[in-house]
Amino acid sequence: MITVLFFAQLREQLGHDKLTLHSAFYDIGALRHYLMAQHKEWQAYLAPDNSLAAVNQCLVNDHHPLHSGDEVAFFPPVTGG
Amino acid sequence: MRARQPSDYISVRQANFCQAEEYLALCAGNRQDGAVVSFVGLVRDFNQHNQVQTLTLEHYPAMTEKSLKAIVTEARDRWPVSRVRLVHRVGTLNTGEQIVFVGVSSCHRHHAFLACEFIMDQLKTRAPFWKKEQGDTGEHWVQANPQDQQKAQQWHRQ
Repeated sequence: MITVLFFAQLREQLGHDKLTLHSAFYDIGALRHYLMAQHKEWQAYLAPDNSLAAVNQCLVNDHHPLHSGDEVAFFPPVTGG
Repeated sequence: MRARQPSDYISVRQANFCQAEEYLALCAGNRQDGAVVSFVGLVRDFNQHNQVQTLTLEHYPAMTEKSLKAIVTEARDRWPVSRVRLVHRVGTLNTGEQIVFVGVSSCHRHHAFLACEFIMDQLKTRAPFWKKEQGDTGEHWVQANPQDQQKAQQWHRQ
């Protein structure tokens, strides 16, 4: 099981703050493509140029492997400070 | 990697901070350091879209403090800094209000200046905060500034 969280503008665009997925995914890129294939209207929002990814609260790239129990988050480039 | 020093203070909260109190905490009983450098970020009244009245800061609570600790640890790996204090506010703030404080003490000013700027540059691109502005043309999410990304990456070429 993988928990997927969405934040900020991406959360509003997708209309979800959290998904629970029971499938297994090799890496972040595979999860990203799965979500984009499930929801055509999500494609632009979830494209790698428009959203960053974190696994277990650490920023990662699309090659980062995924394991059952991971907490994944997708969010727009950050704007704090 | 050097362990995080017990003198680091990192706080993510709605409540305001007092720069004078933060400065005093960097100095109190501190006889080894000859320099304190600090930065305060404020809510501007005009930004990307409109005249801004309020700003709402969202964050990813489980990740925020973790990412700030990692940034401070990286600063410590680069320069011999002594005390570090970092406060970042979340929630809704009015124009002119304080958003962020970064304060660093060190034996010499050069390292304190560098560490303070490094922490801010990394925070702007790696810490999970997002700003939404409310103003006379409605609500807008602030878009990331590509210059912030370039500025943060420059440190990795040094």
